[in-house]
Amino acid sequence: MPELREIYQEVILDHNKNPRNRRCPPEANRIAVGHNPLCGDKITLYLLVEDGVIRDVGYEGSGCAISTASASMMSEAVKGKTVEEAEALFCRFHALMMACPQGAENGRRVELGKLRAFAGVREFPIRVKCATLAWHTLEAALKNSGETVSTETGSE
Amino acid sequence: MSNAALEMEAAIRVEAPPFDVAKVRADFPILRRRVYGKPLVYLDNAATTQKPRRVIEAITRFYEEECSNVHRGVHWLSQRATDRYEGARETVRRFLHAAEAREIVFTRGATESINLVANAYGRAHVGRDDEVLITAMEHHSNIVPWQILCEEKGARLRVAPIDNRGDLVLDEFKNLLSHRTKLVAVVHVSNALGPVNPVKAVVEMAHARGIPVLIDGAQAVPHLHLDVRALDCDFYVFSGHKIYGPTGIGALYGKAALLERMPPYQGGGDMILSVTFEKTLYNTIPYKFEAGTPDIAGAIGLGAALDYVESIGLPNIAMHERDLMSYATHALLGVPGLRIIGQAREKAGALSFTLDCAHPHDIGTIVDQEGVAIRTGHHCAQPVMERYGVPATARASFAMYNTREDVDALVQALHKVVELFG
Repeated sequence: MPELREIYQEVILDHNKNPRNRRCPPEANRIAVGHNPLCGDKITLYLLVEDGVIRDVGYEGSGCAISTASASMMSEAVKGKTVEEAEALFCRFHALMMACPQGAENGRRVELGKLRAFAGVREFPIRVKCATLAWHTLEAALKNSGETVSTETGSE
Repeated sequence: MSNAALEMEAAIRVEAPPFDVAKVRADFPILRRRVYGKPLVYLDNAATTQKPRRVIEAITRFYEEECSNVHRGVHWLSQRATDRYEGARETVRRFLHAAEAREIVFTRGATESINLVANAYGRAHVGRDDEVLITAMEHHSNIVPWQILCEEKGARLRVAPIDNRGDLVLDEFKNLLSHRTKLVAVVHVSNALGPVNPVKAVVEMAHARGIPVLIDGAQAVPHLHLDVRALDCDFYVFSGHKIYGPTGIGALYGKAALLERMPPYQGGGDMILSVTFEKTLYNTIPYKFEAGTPDIAGAIGLGAALDYVESIGLPNIAMHERDLMSYATHALLGVPGLRIIGQAREKAGALSFTLDCAHPHDIGTIVDQEGVAIRTGHHCAQPVMERYGVPATARASFAMYNTREDVDALVQALHKVVELFG
């Protein structure tokens, strides 16, 4: 039986209670929306990207503890990184959540650090989509695709 | 005590045997199982109910001893299967208190029943600038089929509002009825918040203007005594799996005169009298609406479920669930930061709530670890969630086999959530 503290680690509970960078940066030049309608998790992500570097990150929205902490920790992790580094980190995080060695290989140049706390979410497959929503929204913002992102595959 | 409650108690004294929840629980094999090493506490009955042994055995018996197609073979087995299938139809008629068995159409469930009416009745009677009237507490299945119809026909979908407690605003409903309104479709009991709609008043108001009414009874039939003739509704729909029957089977009740005038919904075998490449003659009702081989085992299972509910007695079930609802309401309000969404005057079966400290999804994960199954999310009723300004809720929904101990287990699990997040 998976343990609750594996999913609700201290660092995750802390970021859920006090989300970092939850604001709309006035100079943002990239925006993307992530929405998981079944859960009700929603995030609007803002980036200020200049000379290939993510100078500022912010987001607004509401969601469960996992999605809120994931958005907060993602924003801290990618702030100041180059677009390439952020994409590598996306691969690395995705690989962590999906247990996929290929993704880990693609992202080998960057360190997961605190983000490893999300490894416990894997034991709760239904919640993986909560952890990955902010990251897929980041990917959409970096690609400037303009589409609303969802990590839910089921429907009702 | 209201008159209805007094009548119900009188009915219990006269007809039904005494209610023994331990005996009822023994009829449901799944309630013996454990989840994560803990006894299963199943409080997601508005999503689907568990099945009594009698239903499981009826389905098994069909496949082991009676399996054949219906309405076509001259052989013994086919006759037997046909008798059982039509026997189930008669059981549904008796349960709904419909006048005739031919007014009962077997479908895959409430959703398909609504789609059948939207397609067969709606497409024939709703035209450009006409209106279909629903309410703000509808489930997606009583919204989307009408949206599709209205879009196709250039008609308008109108929505009668609910007040802050979750009750339908009857005056506003009445004001929305007009010469343009061609059909009213209203949920009997809302799955998201649990209020019981004043469907009798709705039918009277609509009929005063000659407008037919469909009632979505998916969440009502397991909890409320129903008499479609007393209600005088034109269509009534429900799903078998929400009343202890199998999934994939349900029924549409329609007044015979309406069903007879409606064109078919789907074409195929069994719904025809004769077919040539030039012209097909349709079968009589209800067969006109049952194209192809039906879910015979499902219908037999549904019949067994309704027989079972009748043997326990709906007044007994309603009394037991009313006690649970009031016990649960008090117990839940003792959890710090808990807010009950929807405070309608009369509720059946479901309690929707939020916690200040935790998102419903986190609540669901944590109480699941304690063996408690509840539903979290928008409950297929996104407009209702929007009305209350919440993205999602947690919902505990009750059935005849639930106990006060089940409620206690939920409350204990919620205290764990508060411990972790508070």
